[in-house]
Amino acid sequence: MSQKAKEDRYQAHDYYNVDALLSDEHKMARDAVRDWVKKEVSPIIEDYANRHECPVYLMKGLGEIGAFGPSLPAKYGGGGMDETAYGIIMQELERGDSGIRSMASVQGSLVMYPIYRYGSEEQRMKYLPKLATGELIGCFGLTEPNHGSDPGSMETRVVDDGDAYILNGAKMWITNSPVADIAVVWARREDGRIIGVIVEKGMEGFSAPEIHGKWSLRASVTGELVFDNVRVPKENVLPEALGLKAPLSCLSKARYGIAWGALGAAMDCYDSALRYSQERIQFGKPIGQFQLTQKKLAEMITDITKAQLLVWRLGALADAGKASAAQISMAKRDVVDMALRIAREARQIHGGMGITGEYPIMRHMMNLESVVTYEGTHDIHLLITGMDITGFNAFK
Amino acid sequence: MKLLVCISQTPDTTANISFKDNDTAFNPDGVQFIMNPYDEWYALVRALELKEAVGGTVTVLNVGPSTNDAVIRKGLAIGADDAVRIDAEAVSADFVAFQIAEYAKDKGYDAIFMGKETIDFNGAIVPSMVAEYLDLPFVSQAQHMDVEGNTATLKRDIEGGVEVLSVDFPFVISAAKDLAEQRIPSMKGIMMSRRKPLNVVPAVDFVNPVEVVHFAKPPAKSEVKMIDPDNMDELVNLLHNEAKVI
Ligand SMILES: Cc1cc2nc3c(=O)[nH]c(=O)nc-3n(C[C@H](O)[C@H](O)[C@H](O)COP(=O)(O)OP(=O)(O)OC[C@H]3O[C@@H](n4cnc5c(N)ncnc54)[C@H](O)[C@@H]3O)c2cc1C
Repeated sequence: MSQKAKEDRYQAHDYYNVDALLSDEHKMARDAVRDWVKKEVSPIIEDYANRHECPVYLMKGLGEIGAFGPSLPAKYGGGGMDETAYGIIMQELERGDSGIRSMASVQGSLVMYPIYRYGSEEQRMKYLPKLATGELIGCFGLTEPNHGSDPGSMETRVVDDGDAYILNGAKMWITNSPVADIAVVWARREDGRIIGVIVEKGMEGFSAPEIHGKWSLRASVTGELVFDNVRVPKENVLPEALGLKAPLSCLSKARYGIAWGALGAAMDCYDSALRYSQERIQFGKPIGQFQLTQKKLAEMITDITKAQLLVWRLGALADAGKASAAQISMAKRDVVDMALRIAREARQIHGGMGITGEYPIMRHMMNLESVVTYEGTHDIHLLITGMDITGFNAFK
Repeated sequence: MKLLVCISQTPDTTANISFKDNDTAFNPDGVQFIMNPYDEWYALVRALELKEAVGGTVTVLNVGPSTNDAVIRKGLAIGADDAVRIDAEAVSADFVAFQIAEYAKDKGYDAIFMGKETIDFNGAIVPSMVAEYLDLPFVSQAQHMDVEGNTATLKRDIEGGVEVLSVDFPFVISAAKDLAEQRIPSMKGIMMSRRKPLNVVPAVDFVNPVEVVHFAKPPAKSEVKMIDPDNMDELVNLLHNEAKVI
């Protein structure tokens, strides 16, 4: 290792005693994932991010603690937990690194969830238990080189060929694709409707080259999906998924987890900045004694507290089955935006040290640049809220 | 094998410590509690490993009020089969040891596991007292355990070397670092913990022979005085008259 494994001194902050709103199970889940991150992620993450390499081996550990599809029924390898617990798990994972949280988001919300929600019983039994343990790795292919914010215009197509579909096209920016065993791929049928198919590694004409040179999510692997006349048996079609609504419902699941996750990244930045401000001496006193530093820290904990209450309420709505896509969109946008602001302020408090990998700040800040873009950019989410409150669709 | 693991609840290592009732009792207000790490990481996990190797059951036992249930559930989440809580404040080591022994005496446990000490009061006397009450062999501060049939071989560090001990079941063991490796509860374990039995039993009468008179915190660190290296007279004067060490 080029860098010594650093001690993770993270301490959670809970200014409004939000803990009192959580059940014992929620708190136990949170502590378990926090312990796991301190043990498995913190000692290695800076090194992997530096080398732009994904610690793929962590998929097994994530499976063991139950970070994949925790809210799916136990029958399919899930944890049978509620959505709040899922959110808390994502918060703790992203407290460690957004890339690790992304691995879990994709596996749970974008691969297991669509198979659970739109798949047949055979497909569920075939894939879900192995995805839950991390024995199989999955990815989700919606974005294309020419269609990002506007996936409805996708060009990837399937043509009916008897007992199979012939799949052609390409997907871009796909988390986990180079290491994935299966891909949930969204493609247009001849009648124009969008369907979901499960493409397996090794199918002829299917490849998943890696995208190199990312300055963000460097410890998460991203790639393409290329389909050159891939014969996908019809039994691999998700029978219940028809239309763009299906992939969008998966995105809602994942965005929900991202809202919680980005809060975790913000909390890590704040925690590090607070400690640094108490320990770093300039002009003969801790920099935390200067009013301008206190302003930064005071605003950070205020923003974090508001976000904690926002995601807690969103969790309660989701647990009651009442969280709308627009409500989830608002939380994803606002918490990620808040986290980015906090990362930038936290970096300033760390001075020059904040530039280095000795502290997690730059890594979080760079990671969050992906998080603010994927699963709907900040501006796209503004338009979703805009459409929801005005009734006018600004996309068309 | 029928295994009992005694677990206690202790303040988190980062907690701010204060006292109440005229400094005769610990003040739990605002303190985060955890399972005593020696119990959780070493005693419980080694018992679970033994059960996994030879079959049987692992019961976790805590002497404490219902506010300890979260910590007990964690023991179940990590893998214990069931739990017992003896419903009383754990007022002293003697009291706790007596309660554990009274509960365990007719249950036929093959081994009783405990941490070597709790990280709050650090008394390290409950395990030996339980062994004494139950008239069982006792191995303290075990760091390694192998089991062959009805015999356990245990290793513990001693000054300048390692002691290897052999003992037949049943016995009492107190666990030190390295006896096992921490297990983090999985989400499934956490959900299952809710469905596992937690039996609450009343405490038996016990007259405490020892009474806590007073708790005090260590004196606050005083400020450091810097003295010019050329000014030896001043240094001697301060050490003699102020610090009173020479
Ligand atoms: C690290 C990473 C991992 C990813 N993982 C996945 C994955 O696993 N699966 C997957 O399918 N996709 C994935 N994505 C893709 C991601 O969802 C897209 O990048 C995102 O949707 C934006 O699309 P785009 O990059 O094509 O940008 P574009 O859509 O081209 O947007 C460019 C800019 O134009 C703005 N814009 C676009 N339309 C409008 C409008 N109507 N009004 C105002 N502004 C507009 C956008 O806000 C943005 O600022 C990933 C991306 C990254 C960076």
